[in-house]
Amino acid sequence: MKRNLWSRFRRFLPLPATLLLAGCHMALLDPAGPIGAAERSVLFTATGLMLLVVVPVIVLAIVIPWRYRASNTKAEYQPEWSHSNKIEAVMWSIPIAIVTVLAVICWRTSHELDPFRPIPSTHKPVRIEAVAMDWKWLFIYPGHNVATVNEIALPVGVPVVFHITSATVMNSFFIPRLGSQIYAMANMQTADNLVASVPGTYRGISANFSGGGFSGMTFKVKAMSESDYQQWLARVGSSTRTLDAKEYLALDRPSSNVPVSYYGHVNPDLFGQILMGKLAAGRADVLAATTVTSGAKTGALRRD
Amino acid sequence: MFGKLTLSAIPYTNPIIMGAVAFMLICALVILGAITYLGKWKYLWTEWLTSVDHKKIGIMYLVLASIMLLRGFADAIMMRVQQALAYGSNMGYLPPGHFDQVFSAHGTIMIFFMAMPFIIGLMNCILPLQLGARDVAFPLMNNLSFWLTAAGAVLVNLSLAVGNFSHAGWLGFAPLSELHYSPGVGVDYWIWALQISGIGTTLTGVNFIATILKMRAPGMTLMRMPIFAWTSLCTNILIVAAFPLLTVTLGLLTMDRYLGMHFFTNSLGGDPMMYINLIWIWGHPEVYILMLPLFGVYSEVVPTFSGKRLFGYTSMVYATMAIALLSLIVWLHHFFTMGNGANVNTFFGITTMIIAVPTGVKIFNWLLTMYRGRVRFEAPMLWTIGFLITFTIGGMSGVLLAEPPADFVLHNSLFLVAHFHNVIIGGVVFGVFAGISYWAPKIFGFRLNERLGRAAFWCWFIGFYVAFMPLYALGLMGATRRMDHYDVAAWHPLFIVAAVGAAIIFAGVILQVAQVVVSIRQREQTRDLTGDPWNGRTLEWSIPSPAPAYNFARIPVVRERDAFWDMKQRGVDLKSSTFVPIHMPRNKAAGFIVAGFAFVVAFAMIWHIWWMAIVGLAGVIGTLIRHAFDDDRDYHFGADEVRRVEGLHGRVQARSV
Repeated sequence: MKRNLWSRFRRFLPLPATLLLAGCHMALLDPAGPIGAAERSVLFTATGLMLLVVVPVIVLAIVIPWRYRASNTKAEYQPEWSHSNKIEAVMWSIPIAIVTVLAVICWRTSHELDPFRPIPSTHKPVRIEAVAMDWKWLFIYPGHNVATVNEIALPVGVPVVFHITSATVMNSFFIPRLGSQIYAMANMQTADNLVASVPGTYRGISANFSGGGFSGMTFKVKAMSESDYQQWLARVGSSTRTLDAKEYLALDRPSSNVPVSYYGHVNPDLFGQILMGKLAAGRADVLAATTVTSGAKTGALRRD
Repeated sequence: MFGKLTLSAIPYTNPIIMGAVAFMLICALVILGAITYLGKWKYLWTEWLTSVDHKKIGIMYLVLASIMLLRGFADAIMMRVQQALAYGSNMGYLPPGHFDQVFSAHGTIMIFFMAMPFIIGLMNCILPLQLGARDVAFPLMNNLSFWLTAAGAVLVNLSLAVGNFSHAGWLGFAPLSELHYSPGVGVDYWIWALQISGIGTTLTGVNFIATILKMRAPGMTLMRMPIFAWTSLCTNILIVAAFPLLTVTLGLLTMDRYLGMHFFTNSLGGDPMMYINLIWIWGHPEVYILMLPLFGVYSEVVPTFSGKRLFGYTSMVYATMAIALLSLIVWLHHFFTMGNGANVNTFFGITTMIIAVPTGVKIFNWLLTMYRGRVRFEAPMLWTIGFLITFTIGGMSGVLLAEPPADFVLHNSLFLVAHFHNVIIGGVVFGVFAGISYWAPKIFGFRLNERLGRAAFWCWFIGFYVAFMPLYALGLMGATRRMDHYDVAAWHPLFIVAAVGAAIIFAGVILQVAQVVVSIRQREQTRDLTGDPWNGRTLEWSIPSPAPAYNFARIPVVRERDAFWDMKQRGVDLKSSTFVPIHMPRNKAAGFIVAGFAFVVAFAMIWHIWWMAIVGLAGVIGTLIRHAFDDDRDYHFGADEVRRVEGLHGRVQARSV
């Protein structure tokens, strides 16, 4: 009976969200992959559970003072009444019950949706190495020895494992419509397992403030069919540019709103070298002399 | 000679900054001129700046906090305008480097120099009175605490005119705040402003713990203390537990920046993750340091304005202590997305959710206190009801963020920004306003204008929802925080709505400024002659308003919770016929001077003027030593003088012969 009620209740949970969606596009409520969908369901379930007590509390916070307003002398008045074991037992139990359920959800979903956890699939996952730089994203496809700036393509339905580091300060690698973000930190490697189930072009961002060019640190994520993906890889591979140490240091200079670019060849160990700090950028005064290539924004961007 | 300081440190080519600087200078000149014209310098110095009276120090804290609220709010308006404009081809009016300083200053000011001085100010004004004490445990240290906080606030404002402020956010996350990525003086301003005011706050914590534990009136056992005293006790314990950690963390960052060490750098074995952990191990308790005293305020306001005893006192005390304890073990929820692993995330997720239990209990307690009461809707109660509604929503979004998988998509988004403004405005700021309008008669001797107060409430309440509900939506749309520009068309209308909300709150702020002016001008009509304008329950209402310098002519004896209510029930006569001399601490300049030298040290360190730093440090130590040999520290408030003051309030009983 109880379960029945709950499952009925659950069906209506997404309703307000659907109404909202009609108005404007809620990236997090319209996930394009199972990770994002699972996270959305945590969001809905937790919100629904809490609303069970939040809505009555808000109603009571209006009704009680109004009912017992000083001018309403008909209402009961018990100035010394200040304790009731029964009521206090209920008062502690309600939040304990809700938090217990939320804690179980927390335990279960934190493990299931841990960004490091590989996504079970019959497909071999695509490995993409991502490097946060001032202020753009470098992506390396190690199996294909190609690299891109500010654009990635993924085959729909195939899990992708991102290996993430930073060539600069902390950033956070985040594709809102696919789910889970994770920090990008220098000399450290984090991982993010994601999969797209719907073809389309999605926004990727850094979700952790990293300095002056931060707002322009966006990238495009193109989820496409396997054949389109192969074509895209071939197109990137046909670029004549090579990402070697020299080219990398040029790229490492601070710039924002950087247009997409492709590298047909890349040093296979580049990610490892960045990770080990072997390609660390020069000193601050070198950075200071850099100018920006950008669509809308021009002028010098400095690290200070 | 002057380190890194040259004339070029003053950004006179930037019209926005120079406009702000000119405005502040004009305000300062007008005030200084007025003091000179009225010949009030000596009065100001002897009666206020060097005062060791907790009530006057409290008022100075409130004035400082109010000024900094205006400054921090100006930053907020700048951000909202920038984000309402900066869509697509429009880059807005603030370049990134400036915008970043604005949001960093906004957070720093609102937490350290608005919220903290407000709560410490309220504690100063009221706590000793509630405890039946004549002062705090260490009156001069109290003065020093205030001036250290004020010195920090001056540094933050000075950075506007000389040099620049940090661009690394209010918590200065390393490695962004390290020398390599922030070579300017901005981060140094941030470090030293916080370092100095943080030491002041630690001293405050020590002071109030001693006051609460050692200076209660006879009969006031811990379980008979007003809830505000309980929540203040928990807050000050948290201050003493957490603030030294801030001092150390900032100290390590200072060593990185000044001595080339590598605690938090990317290179040479530094560990930025350590910085994030350390700063949040301080930072999360800090949130509750701010919130708990206001829970106390609500717990005083609700029973008074419901004409009813507080429901579930014992539950309230245990809930407060549970929150204080739990607040020390939840810090990691600020960075679930660092890759800590599922077990660690789960632990901190669950501890965070558990805080919702005692907090929920408190909400029920307040509701049940109003239940079967006689609720009067004066301004303090309006703020409280506004709090109950708003804070419940903020609590819900907080628990939601405590689910790590939800946080994986909401972390650092505008949803998060909406959440913490929801609890800080709905909880802390509303509580401060409730507390000030509730205790104004006791603090200033007259009530604040009720009509303007109510109008201000409605502006804040409605403005809050208009300003921050769009941010929740924007967060769900994938908008992250701290963007000086964006190119998603769907976000633009919501940012404009948020700016409208900020404008509504601005109207509320203007009404409050007007409220202060009007209340002062009409003070003769609203003067509190009884000492008990709201039919209060606790000891502060048992003495005249404003409280005389010695607080209590006769130290009360407490027999019950709600001690004053109990006295009124028993018909205790507040008049007295015999008076004794009262031992009082003497006003001293040492606190002001030490803080002044500390300011010199900080300024010199920021600009690498080493000789000046040494002079300043010598000044700090020298003043302290000199004060140690000063024996003229106290005096007696004569019995006749006490009789005269009490007589002014009609509290003298003719001697029965």
